[in-house]
Amino acid sequence: MHKIYHRIDKIAGNVITVEATNVSYRELAQVTSRQGTSLAQVIRLDGDHVSLQVFAGSRGIATDAQVRFLGHPMQTAFSEALLGRVFTGSGTPRDKGPPIAENMINIGGPSVNPAKRIIPRRMVRTGIPMIDVFNTLVESQKLPVFSVAGEPYNPLLARIALQAEVDVIVLGGMGLKHDDYLFFRDYLEEHGALARAVMFVHTAADPTVECLMVPDISLAVAEQFALQNKRVLVLLTDMTNFADSLKEIAITMEQIPSNRGYPGDLYSQLAARYEKAVDFDTAGSITVLAVTTMPGDDVTHPVPDNTGYITEGQFYLRNGRIEPFGSLSRLKQLVNNKTREDHRTIMNTMIQLYAGYKETLEKQAMGFRMSNWDRKLLKYGERFEKELMDLTVNIPLEEALDLGWRILADCFEPAETGIPSKFIEKFWPKTAKTQEAVEAATK
Amino acid sequence: MSENIGKIVGVNGNLLTVEFNQPVTQNEVGFAALGDLKLKSEVIRIRGRRAELQVFEDTTGLKVGDPVEFTGDLLAVELGPGLLTQIYDGLQNPLPALAEKCGFFLQRGAYLQSLDRQRKWAFTPSAKKGDTVQAGDKLGSVPEGIFEHRIMVPFGVRGKCTVEDVAAQGEYRVEDVVAKIRNERGDVLEVRMMQRWPVKFPIRAYGERLRPVEPLITKVRIVDTFFPVARGGTYCIPGPFGAGKTVLQQITSRYADVDVVIIAACGERAGEVVETLREFPELTDPRTGKSLMERTLIICNTSSMPVAAREASVYTAVTIAEYYRQMGLHVLLLADSTSRWAQALREVSGRLEEIPGEEAFPAYLESVIAAFYERGGLVKLRDGGVGSVTIGGTVSPAGGNFEEPVTQSTLKVVGAFHGLSRERSDARRYPAIHPLESWSKYPSFVSDEDVREARHVLRQGNEVGQMMKVVGEEGTSLDDFVVYLKGEYVDAVYLQQDAYHAVDAATSSARQQYVFERLVKILRTKMAFDDKDGARKFFQQLTQTTKDWNRAPMPGDGKQADPEGEKQFKDLEARIEKMIEEVADYA
Ligand SMILES: Nc1ncnc2c1ncn2[C@@H]1O[C@H](COP(=O)(O)OP(=O)(O)OP(=O)(O)O)[C@@H](O)[C@H]1O
Ligand SMILES: [Mg+2]
Repeated sequence: MHKIYHRIDKIAGNVITVEATNVSYRELAQVTSRQGTSLAQVIRLDGDHVSLQVFAGSRGIATDAQVRFLGHPMQTAFSEALLGRVFTGSGTPRDKGPPIAENMINIGGPSVNPAKRIIPRRMVRTGIPMIDVFNTLVESQKLPVFSVAGEPYNPLLARIALQAEVDVIVLGGMGLKHDDYLFFRDYLEEHGALARAVMFVHTAADPTVECLMVPDISLAVAEQFALQNKRVLVLLTDMTNFADSLKEIAITMEQIPSNRGYPGDLYSQLAARYEKAVDFDTAGSITVLAVTTMPGDDVTHPVPDNTGYITEGQFYLRNGRIEPFGSLSRLKQLVNNKTREDHRTIMNTMIQLYAGYKETLEKQAMGFRMSNWDRKLLKYGERFEKELMDLTVNIPLEEALDLGWRILADCFEPAETGIPSKFIEKFWPKTAKTQEAVEAATK
Repeated sequence: MSENIGKIVGVNGNLLTVEFNQPVTQNEVGFAALGDLKLKSEVIRIRGRRAELQVFEDTTGLKVGDPVEFTGDLLAVELGPGLLTQIYDGLQNPLPALAEKCGFFLQRGAYLQSLDRQRKWAFTPSAKKGDTVQAGDKLGSVPEGIFEHRIMVPFGVRGKCTVEDVAAQGEYRVEDVVAKIRNERGDVLEVRMMQRWPVKFPIRAYGERLRPVEPLITKVRIVDTFFPVARGGTYCIPGPFGAGKTVLQQITSRYADVDVVIIAACGERAGEVVETLREFPELTDPRTGKSLMERTLIICNTSSMPVAAREASVYTAVTIAEYYRQMGLHVLLLADSTSRWAQALREVSGRLEEIPGEEAFPAYLESVIAAFYERGGLVKLRDGGVGSVTIGGTVSPAGGNFEEPVTQSTLKVVGAFHGLSRERSDARRYPAIHPLESWSKYPSFVSDEDVREARHVLRQGNEVGQMMKVVGEEGTSLDDFVVYLKGEYVDAVYLQQDAYHAVDAATSSARQQYVFERLVKILRTKMAFDDKDGARKFFQQLTQTTKDWNRAPMPGDGKQADPEGEKQFKDLEARIEKMIEEVADYA
């Protein structure tokens, strides 16, 4: 059987170093001390000095603690029985259910051969006009929500998870507040979605190292479902906590930091997770929706910055709304030509006019004179924000497009919108009355 | 079988420390044994009896004491017919073949031959017995898609050789001997269609290097007219995330006027490569009428593939580019993104515990980047022909700030700088190349004077625009306002280009010349308006009409005639002239 080692010669941060032989890189071990037993993973081999990151942290570990190597890297069980269940970052049950140990699979496995991927082609419907109309989410997309603490990003994720027509939802919580964890669980349960969800939750009170495991374990399970032809949606919140855990371990291991203390491989580490999003050519798919809170609301902070370079766009959630500027779905053009023929026109026109509204607001703030055109834009902007941007709005894409036409028609003359005449003829509401027309008629 | 076996004494990420007993060469390839798997690695530092190797694979499972087999060979690529249309990983493994063998996932330790050993090629000899030849000289050729692929004297052969024997015309495999040559020492060397070349050494089997002056037409207007690239030149595209670096390279890879395009997807998204590899076979190359794939080769080491191989991938790409240059072809190498490669260097440097420079990049970053871009160039071959390797690399600066080591080191060595700006991409002004901050040292094919004029208007227009933000439209004179509108007009109808429109996406040099000349004439025209509203309205209409003009095919420009579209082109041009006539002020 596996040999047990007692000689711990260094304890720092959450990393212990033990003298041992015949240990393999990234192998898992059990560390037993008076505090109990914790998993640990080998992160460096140097002669017979073996460094391990201890999942439960090094607090209370004595130099004579027992280290038993398990002979395999980090694994998780995979079966249908996972559905409806909640686990920790190391895969032990967090609910009252039994542990699951059947069909163990390695986590953090190799990446998909690009030759086996296909070009994404299916829209994910969310019922949120700012997404469906303006920045369409696409199956197999990887997309973060850039936000700051206090914004309703978790409710947004939960809502999208419910609306999206997916087979399996995998939630990976990192540094989640316990209340938020309960919110997700109850919300999914209330809406009958818990039975197709599996949750891996690390809360703010849990040991740091377990936080590191959450994306890998979540994505490994998602990958297995996808290989069984399932369409999987993975929610990861909050990836900034994951990055901070990476930073903590890197500093403990005395790695030279590159930017604000983060390790030089932050990009590769994040990419290794996000790139698990995939549309397989003969199987299912994985869509990844993540939350990245921006420390100091600064998008140039290394975590959002590296994320932006990896993901396929981002949604900015600010003041409880998805901002039209800065938000981007890079895959939208793959699907928004197949929804309804006026989709792109409405998308472009309404955003351009909304940009005009923003300029007018600035002019107004500077005290410049408001022209007739400015007044139209002001009216338009207010309606746009209230009827389309507000997150409580929940309507299908087609309805949102119709509403878009209605708002345009109530605010502008057709020619002022710059919309090609063939669309005006077909879609411009015939009963529309602009303010001018109304005024002229009542005079 | 190599006898040189070392033993692992340390594992730190993808870095192995290995104890050895027999001589080891810097940069030689080693294989770390993990059970039956052999993981490819490269020696990157030697100290005493210990060598440090970067492993091109995930190192999970390796143990202290595991054997490492040193091969004595440097990291090399296979060169020969059959490279084009391929999709390789950074170590030149053919990805479609790997998929057939291993399925959905990339399995470590699975290496396949880069060139198909069974496929036969129709060889036609051109050298004769008794000819004197040297490295890089042509011995014969085989047709490879649309090209005549030269079979050359291997680049590593030293001095002059005499041809002893050349195979007769016929079908051969890449490993068949097609010639025998005798070197000055009297040794007879067998020449096969395929040769190997170490990727970190430039191929120099040409006559001389020439100065790159001939424009490489990318069909992106702002590039060709304002910030041109030369055949054999180098350029970089730095920009924050989402600014349009990849889209710009994708457009260039489709439309650029070169023979061969090599796409090095280096540490970026797999999805982007998938778009290229699924779409290119379906697209026709307007120059040849064949599939675009026939002139394309993809080296793909995306962000979740092993980091060390990311570094190798740019060298693999540039070596293959140099190989085709030796055949008298013009090759364009597009690397996206060079920052990822620099980061790979940084990761390894960190593990080696080297003294870090700025942002923890190694101190030698600058010289490594310089040496890479130096491999681009226009060369005169010994047979009098010319060939070129043009290198365009994107840069992904942290925080979008160009004051960082990779951007700065790159700017020191390239001939053109296409800086993308967040401001322009946010305003959807694509391609988001900044018209006032970018530069090029290469000559443009349009008149210098016209370019100066257009730049002048852009700069002045920008100044007025800035001022207007402070004093409002009311505080701006009508004349200044018109300058502002003129600046916005050139921007909208010439600098901006619709990447997704069939005609507008690619503008030929003839059309650029034609249109730009007329545009500058409009800019020079003094115009009279009653008031600002009138001026604005006029320019709105002019912009709309000119954009329509951009979307109409120019007579004699396209491959197929399109009478209706071409009539539209003429009509719109006349309409623009008439509009200008109406506001021109000849006073
Ligand atoms: N020329 C263009 N025309 C229209 N849209 C464009 C153009 N260039 C970029 N875009 C839009 O911007 C998005 C991002 O562009 P792209 O992927 O090229 O950015 P990038 O600079 O390569 O970003 P990253 O550094 O994150 O890779 C595209 O998906 C597309 O929606
Ligand atoms: Mg890109």
